[in-house]
Formats: sequence, C-alpha cells, structure tokens
Amino acid sequence: MTVQSRSSLISLIVPAITTAIWFIILCGLIYPLVVTVVANVIFPYQAHGSLIVGSNNKVIGSELIGQNFVAPKYFHPRPSATTKTGTTDKADPYNAAQSGASNYGPTNKKLIDGVKAAVDAYRKENGLAANVLVPVDAVTASASGLDPDITIANANLQASRVAKARNLSLSDVQNLIAQNTQGRQFGFLGEPRVNVLKLNLALDRGKS
Amino acid sequence: MFLNILQIAIIILIIGFGLVIPIGKYLVKIFTDEKDTVFERITYNVLRVDSTEQMTWQRYSQAILFSNLFLVLVFYAALRLQLSLPLNPDHLSPAPSPDLSFNAAISFVTNTDWQSYGGETTLSYFNQMIMITSLMFTSAATGLAGGVAVIRGLSQNGVNNLGNFWVDLTRGIYRIFLPLSLVLALVYVWQGMPQTLDPAAVATTLEGATQTIARGPVASLESIKQIGTNGGGFFNQNSAHPFENPTALTNALEIISMLLIVPALTYTFGKITKAPRQGWVFFGVFAALFIGFLVIILPAEQIGNPLFTSLGIDQSITSEQSGGNFEGKEVRFGIAQTSLFVTATTAATTGSVDAMHDSLTPMGGFAALSEMLLNVVFGGKGVGLITLIMYAAVTVFLVGLMVGRTPEFLNKKIEAKEVKLVSLALLAHPFLILIGTGLALIWPKALDSLNNPDAHGFSELFYAFTSATANNGSAFAGINANTVFYNSILGIAIIYGRFMAPLLPMLAVAGSLAIKSRVPKTTGTMSTNTVFFSVLLLAAILIVGGLTFFPALALGPIAEQFELAAGKTF
Repeated sequence: MTVQSRSSLISLIVPAITTAIWFIILCGLIYPLVVTVVANVIFPYQAHGSLIVGSNNKVIGSELIGQNFVAPKYFHPRPSATTKTGTTDKADPYNAAQSGASNYGPTNKKLIDGVKAAVDAYRKENGLAANVLVPVDAVTASASGLDPDITIANANLQASRVAKARNLSLSDVQNLIAQNTQGRQFGFLGEPRVNVLKLNLALDRGKS
Repeated sequence: MFLNILQIAIIILIIGFGLVIPIGKYLVKIFTDEKDTVFERITYNVLRVDSTEQMTWQRYSQAILFSNLFLVLVFYAALRLQLSLPLNPDHLSPAPSPDLSFNAAISFVTNTDWQSYGGETTLSYFNQMIMITSLMFTSAATGLAGGVAVIRGLSQNGVNNLGNFWVDLTRGIYRIFLPLSLVLALVYVWQGMPQTLDPAAVATTLEGATQTIARGPVASLESIKQIGTNGGGFFNQNSAHPFENPTALTNALEIISMLLIVPALTYTFGKITKAPRQGWVFFGVFAALFIGFLVIILPAEQIGNPLFTSLGIDQSITSEQSGGNFEGKEVRFGIAQTSLFVTATTAATTGSVDAMHDSLTPMGGFAALSEMLLNVVFGGKGVGLITLIMYAAVTVFLVGLMVGRTPEFLNKKIEAKEVKLVSLALLAHPFLILIGTGLALIWPKALDSLNNPDAHGFSELFYAFTSATANNGSAFAGINANTVFYNSILGIAIIYGRFMAPLLPMLAVAGSLAIKSRVPKTTGTMSTNTVFFSVLLLAAILIVGGLTFFPALALGPIAEQFELAAGKTF
C-alpha cells in the first residue's frame, strides 16, 4: 500500500478555500433559509417570536418573554437584572433587547443586600406577616432577565393583593391562577409554572 | 424530589443506553464507508478535492490547519465589515473591534464559542446566520474528523494513514450534522424558538411601556450549537434566554444533543480498532466521572444559599416551587434540569448555559470548573476521546514503570517518542490555564473586569482561562472580557488549547503508533480492557489532573465554600 505524503502544501490550499466557501453557503445560507421558509409555513406564530397581538392590532408582547409589571392590580414577575441597551449599570428591567443577569456569586454583599430589600418590599406590598417565608424565585433575578414565569407559590402569595386592587374575590383570582398554571411538560419534564403575562391578560379580559 | 430524579434518570438513560450503540454504529458506517454518495462525489469534483488521497498524520494536521486558518480570516473580515454587509435589520453598530473580532473568529472556528460580546446587541443576522451558524458545522465536523483520524491511526498496522480530512469533514456535515440539525431546528420552532429575518419586534406592554424584543434566525443556529457542542449563544444569556430555550423539552433536547456523539464515539472507537471492550472501558470511565460531578452539583444547588435562610426566604422543594439556589436560574427549568445542563455543558465542552454559572453555589462552580480542568468527562467532538486516549497512554506508562511491564496499548508498544508527545499534550493544558490566570492577576487594570470580590472573583478569572483553554466557552459571565487584554490573551489560550492540548500531539501519537506493527500479546502484557484498568485510568485522571489544579481550586471555589459556611459576605 502506498501512501502519498509528499504532495506539496499548495495542494491543500485549494480545497481549504473551496470547502470553506461551500460550507459557508450550504450551512450558513441554504440551511437556515430552508428552516426559515418551512418554519414560517408550518409554525408562523412561533417563528415570529410568539407575539401576542391586542384588539387594536398592536403587539402587547411575546408570551415567552417576561415584561415588567409594577401596578398592584397585576401579578409581578421576578426581579430582572437587565440594563438599558448599550450600558451595564443603568437598570432597565425586562429589556428584551439586551438580556442579562446579575452574575453575583453567593457570597457577594450586593446579592445579599439586594435580596434582603426585595424580601421587605415583597412582604410590604403583599401584606405578609414577618414570619411568612418568601418564595426564592420572587426575590432572585433570573438568568435571562426575561423569565416569563413565576412559581405557583409566588403567584398564590400575590393573589390577595391583586384581588383587592381589582375588587375581585380571592377565589376568582385563585381560579385564574389555576387556569394559567402550566404543569410539567408530558407530566415529568421541567417545573410547574405560571406565565405572568398570560395571567395578567386573563385578568384584564375578565374585567371587560 | 422524585420527579427531579426521574427526569434526570430518563434523559441519562436515553443518552447512555438508547443512543450510544445506534449512533456509534452509524459513525462506524460513515467513517469506514468505501463508497461516496452521489452528492459527495459531485462535491469533491466541484471543490477540486482529491478524495482518494490517504493522508499521513502530518498531512492530515496540515489540512486541518489550512482549513481553519482560512475560516478565521473570512470570519474576521466579516466581523470587521459588518456595517458594509447586508442582513443587519436592527442597524447594530459599531462593527466589532479588532481585538473582539480576533477573539471571536478564533473562538468559533475552534468550536470554543467563548463570547466576550452579547449577541443580540453586537452581531448582525449576516454574522449570526451566515458566519456563526456555518462555522458551528465546520468546527464540529473538524473536531469529529480529528477524533476519527486518531482512532484510524490506532487501528493501522504498519501504515502511516489517518484517512482523508476533506472526506471526513464532508461526511460529518452531510451525513450527521446537517440532517439532524434540520429536524431539530423545526422541533425547536414548534416549541417556540423564533426563526425569522424580521428585525426586533416592538411591543406596547399592558402597563403602556415600550418593549423592544430582539429575535432572528435563532432555531437554525440553536440546533447545531448543541449537536456540534459549540455553545455560542444567539443572545447574550445563551440557553437561559426564553427564545433560545423556551421549554423543558427544548432544554432536555439540548442536553441530549450535547451528549449525542461523544459517548457514541467510544463505541465507534471499539469497533474500528477491533477492541470493543476497550471502547466500553472508555465509556465507563466517562460515565463514572459524569455521574460523579452531577452528584456534586445537584444537591449543592438544591440546598441553596445558606445566607438566604435568615432573610426569611423559602428555598425548600415543594409541589409549588423547585426551591434551591435560584439567583441566575429560570423557573421553567428548576433545579433538576439546570443541574443536568450544567454538568453536561462543562462535560461536553459545549459551553452553552441555561443558568448563570457565576451565581452557582461554590460546590456547583467547583464541579463545573473541574470538569473543564480534567477535560475528559466526555469532552468535545472527538477531542474528549483523544484526551482520554492520552490519559490511557499515561496510565499504561505509569503502571508499566511501577510493575516493570512493557507499556502497550492496543497491541502497540508505547515508547519514548509517544510518551514525550503525550506529556506535551498533558502539560499544555495546565500550563496556559495557570500561567494565564497568574498573568491576569498582576496585569495592570485586568482585575477591574471582575464582577465579584474575593475568592469568587478569583474563580471568575480562573474559570475564564480554563474555559478558553479547554475550548468550552462557558463563563462566570460577570467578568467583562471585552477588553484588549482579555480578548487577546484568551484568543491565544483558545488556539493553543485547541491545537496543543491535545489535537496535534495526539495526531502525532496516532501517526507514530500507526506505523508500528502490532506485537503479539504475551503474559507480560497488561490488559487495558478490564475493570481494573478502568479504576487505574480514573485514578490517573484524578491524581494527575486533580493535583495539578488543586492549589488554584483551593483559592477559588473551595475557599468560597468555607466563607459561605462561616456566613461571610464580601
């Protein structure tokens, strides 16, 4: 068996260039465009970002992307560490043009102080006694800064505040939470969760 | 708790038992197939590739280097020229700086995907789609080709022939990466990943604020990002971003994708070298390390942050919440899916993240770091197996010295030349990690980039150099690495890590062993396909790898664990 090993380096340059160009065209242009066309035909809603459109044809948001809520009549999402686009120090929660997290380590004083303030604020706003434990997701920033969900525990503790602000009975609000709770996928994957935007939309719809 | 264990177990069983043999067999077929498909034949003709050439290890290495060099140049140019190129609907500017472009070009061509920029605020769709998506294919196929070439070398009997790089590259893309990515991308869109060339959406929220929602051709990038163990995110927050990982199913598929090929490669190795038991020994060692690290991460994250307890926070696991250390994590994944993702992404050198590693508990961070330091917990495409073969050579040499037996591996004598090359590959990895970290500690203003003080700050630095050298790409992301110093030195670490630890030295070992004739087995031969050898191999990995890095780990996550236990904050 003979093995060619003496061919010059030049003979490697041509295939290095031609293969690179071909695979850039095939994998960078043809493949993504095929996916785009097929996806837009069979899953047009998801392909465009799962956008929720209101009655006036205006986009309200994406069901997958959290948005900021501060009014008492709305359920509130988790703290978000995103900042104004192009900055790293000007807070701008739920800025979906620049995802971000705190990236604080567990012994960082800034983390502990921030969480402490969030616990106090959460208790005050929801009228909770000092001995009621606060669910951890309600006081910690998410990884994306855009977490669309809160835990059931978190939603339940906010229910009476929302009910009061809307003059609804607590059980009505609790029913809405239950209706907007997504269980584990296929019964075992991930965690049960409540989509804040969908729940708040349901509240607004119930009102009108 | 039960469901936590169950979902982890199901995913691991799918990978470990459902996929290793079928994928392994398929890989054997692809890389030993004598016949080209029609499409491959046309490709070779048009691209002027001599598909019949059989390459020595030297030539195979040169082909890899030339191919990568050209891709780096093209991507660098595309980044610098971003403003002059099409497909920038959000008018992102300015174009990436020269140091950032240097770092990114090297990072993506070498399958590292370290990112010192945020995707949605920096890169046009042209660079995200045409450049990065295609580089994810070529870099994954290059790594796989390297792994296959080493396997071929070990299976030869007296011939310096590692195969043909262009054929391996093309077959990897045509027969595995492209078809799989196409199917998975559509599944991802179904689950909610965007796939569009439209610019960012502008929403008016229920409270009347304006929210700009970045999107783009995400799904087509995401599928190859995970299958190819690349890991570079479309968005700044990578697989934690709801558009890059919308549901628990996509999270599970992303985990399975990362571990689809590398574990199966052990089977392929066993088949091609005609030593199937050796393949299973390697699989067993990989799996033992993987489970070991998972068992450290999962409880550490589930127990949570002890400093939160006195603040009146509920971190317990109930039917209404997953509890645990929740800073930098997402509700839909919870602790179980997140812990498995962390273990897998630092094992398979993917480097994508579905939670912020910077906010992991000290022991969670310790395990993530350690997996990259050892670099043999499955490892990246091809390279993980190469590293394990390197450790196997170290083990037979060490044990051979101790008991006075000739070091042999797969019926080939391991002699001075191979041991020297193996030592080179073995030392290259810690050399750059430790020297780089040390340099950053004394470099003027380099520590200004840190986001955390004290021991955790040291971990941020140590993690950056480990991730770059191990070609992982994940980060303790608080560190601001987009400076001339970090972009340059980490770029160098990435090149060095890719080619010196262990690709080129191990291709040389494979070439050197390929030329040797097989020696018959004697009573003096130590078997390398036994449980006993697996234990020796594990010990060699943990002792050699562990001792090298223990001092640095003690300054970082281990110190932090003691600080946390003592209730200290900084």
